[in-house]
Amino acid sequence: MIGTPIFDVFSTLLAGVNHASRFNDGGALAAGAWMIPVVPMVMAFLIVFFGKRSPWKGWVMATGTMLFVAIYGMALFLMNLVEGITYQGSVWLSDVGTTAFGVLNVEWGWMVDGLSIMMYFLVGVVGVLIFWYARGYMEDDVRYTWFFASFTLFAGGMLVLVSAPNLIQLIVGWELVGVSSYLLIGHYWEEHQNSSAAIKAFMTNKVADVGLFVGAIIIGVSVGSFRFSEILGVVEGESGDSTLAKYAFWAGLAIFIGAMGKSAQFPLHVWLPDAMAGPTPVSALMHAATMVTAGVYLIGRLFPFYMNDLFASDVRTVIIIVGAATLLLAGLLALVQDDIKRVLAYSTLSQLGYMTAAMGAGAYTAGLFHLFTHGFFKALLFLGAGSIIHAVHSNNMSDMGGLRKYMPRTFWTFLIGSFALAGIFPLAGFWSKDEILASIQYDASHGGGAVASTVLVVAIIGAFVTALYMTRTVYLTFFGKYKGDAHPHESPKTMTLPMVGLTIGAVGLGALNIPGITTWFTDSLAARFVAPGDHHATSIEWVLAIIGTAAALAGIALGYRLWHRDAAIQRDRDTFRIPVLYPLLENKYYIDDFYMGNIIRPVRGPLARAVDWFNSHIIDSVVNGAGYLARGLGKTVYLFDQRGIDGVINVSGFAASFAGGMLRLFQTGRVQHYAIMIFAGTVFLVVGLIIF
Amino acid sequence: MLINQFLLLGAALFSLGVYGVLTRKNAVLVLLSVELMLAAVNINLVAFDRYFVDTEAAGQVFALFVITVAAAEVGIGLAIVLLIFRVRKSANVDEFDLMKL
Repeated sequence: MIGTPIFDVFSTLLAGVNHASRFNDGGALAAGAWMIPVVPMVMAFLIVFFGKRSPWKGWVMATGTMLFVAIYGMALFLMNLVEGITYQGSVWLSDVGTTAFGVLNVEWGWMVDGLSIMMYFLVGVVGVLIFWYARGYMEDDVRYTWFFASFTLFAGGMLVLVSAPNLIQLIVGWELVGVSSYLLIGHYWEEHQNSSAAIKAFMTNKVADVGLFVGAIIIGVSVGSFRFSEILGVVEGESGDSTLAKYAFWAGLAIFIGAMGKSAQFPLHVWLPDAMAGPTPVSALMHAATMVTAGVYLIGRLFPFYMNDLFASDVRTVIIIVGAATLLLAGLLALVQDDIKRVLAYSTLSQLGYMTAAMGAGAYTAGLFHLFTHGFFKALLFLGAGSIIHAVHSNNMSDMGGLRKYMPRTFWTFLIGSFALAGIFPLAGFWSKDEILASIQYDASHGGGAVASTVLVVAIIGAFVTALYMTRTVYLTFFGKYKGDAHPHESPKTMTLPMVGLTIGAVGLGALNIPGITTWFTDSLAARFVAPGDHHATSIEWVLAIIGTAAALAGIALGYRLWHRDAAIQRDRDTFRIPVLYPLLENKYYIDDFYMGNIIRPVRGPLARAVDWFNSHIIDSVVNGAGYLARGLGKTVYLFDQRGIDGVINVSGFAASFAGGMLRLFQTGRVQHYAIMIFAGTVFLVVGLIIF
Repeated sequence: MLINQFLLLGAALFSLGVYGVLTRKNAVLVLLSVELMLAAVNINLVAFDRYFVDTEAAGQVFALFVITVAAAEVGIGLAIVLLIFRVRKSANVDEFDLMKL
């Protein structure tokens, strides 16, 4: 198969996987799934060029694209529920020939298995609802069409990432997501703060990307292929003396550093709260379905590699610690924010911590199930926050309050989203969070040891903190008295209907995987070429479920005690400070300051000077040299033009005029003169005839 | 039989005609000079006819044609001169520069 001419092979490629797949190949539906990433990518460019002239200035094109992805994803999802699909299609774009690590072929492919189908479904369904909502939210924006073009590119980049069957294509999608997130976070670039937030997001991700590249190179060189099927085939088949096994820890760690950047894990989380500078639909999509889920997805994609004791299983200790640190520290930060979007941003960080910790605990299904349900209720919360911001023209909760009366639909959907996030029975968040707790507990008793036990405690405290800050947000926003100056009003239907749609997901999707009752989600995610090899709860852990719920209810109760007051006290309570902790939280653990003072400033100054020197000495002299050259050339050309070409033209003009003047003299009009000339001519001819 | 004397006569007559055409101012005399040139041509035609002992007498026939054409030409020429004289009150060729734009 390898080395076949360009665009020649459209077929199932199972080379390197040394066992027959136990699953269906998905038929035409899976074979045509290449359209899922390609359609949004193409459409993003079409919107740039034709968007302004199309109906709704490009919105129809963008939302139509997402609708297509949603329907396709849903069809695959349902098919995958009925019988697992594993399919991998490839197009070889080029055949470079033998390189240092064998034959390098550039492959464009599409992976259709349980994991990627779950992501197609999530990106498509959440995406179409957010796009629909964005029509109302972005209504009067100056760069409306451009926004939808980059928004489509953002979703398309994520789909490229998700559909990648090899690490190279995954990196392409990874960077597409990075660059389009830069465009979207900096959408309101008129304010310097926003464009620096965009740069911060991009640069932080770049730092982490170095890890991903290093990991990809180690894996690619030691396996001889970048394809997941071959990498995981090595993991499944070898006994531990392969090259990959030797470097597996470092490769796994490097890849995880990449994942930490995209999934905003502590301490590379600093970009995510600042990314709130973008429009709210962007935050919603970024936090729910695309971008931040990419890191967790990557760990999930390489999961057998992290599970196998001969390979990178040691990295899981790092993963679980990072996840636990993120879930608690970010959760605490959410307690002191005034900007409602920042509360949600830190809450996303905290939930991503849960997912990462679950992955670290070896709970593939639990981590991705939480990713899936979180996608719905976090998108819902962001859309709710956007609806509020749209109504009160401020991001700050000190300008809100009492909105329950003005915005009933937003209130109810937001409340349900908050309960889902807090993990209240029977909403989706309850089931996924409970499953994570159960998985960590399982890990604690199966080799995870003291670390996993500690993480379990941290996760339960995290559940308490989550409930606490969500209660705070709900009370400060919807209860008490309105503190702002605007005239709040309910948002239009284009905005509230998508929220209702997401509410349905936030309420009902937990039913996909109720331990001991339904295993739909577990089964559909298990459809992989190489079995993920995770452990997942087969029956409900009553004790943990009760502890988790108790923690959440305690959080709500404390939140009620602290913030459910009348307007005056509510404000006092908001500034209620715990002596040592509060300044620490207020300053975000001084991490941003540390980066600024110790990394960015020392690098930025000399770098700026170096770039300036380079610019003014090298580039300028090149430019000036080119200028002089052009001027000299211009002079020569001018002279040649004036003297040479003009001279020829002038001379021929003069010659014609002179000859005309001479001939004019012969034209006397007298018959006899003509007769003389005729006679002379005749004589001339006759004489000539006689002589020659 | 020698032909030279006839040819010399024709040439002399033709030269006289050319001179007349080029120098005379009166249009009638110009026409007369043209007749002289035609007569010189006729002499040559007849002379060559005899010299080559042409049984068909083509030279003489051509001479008759020339005489006929000359008569027609003089007819037209005199008519033009007469009309110009009526308009201009003059038959002086120098004054006819109508061909000049």
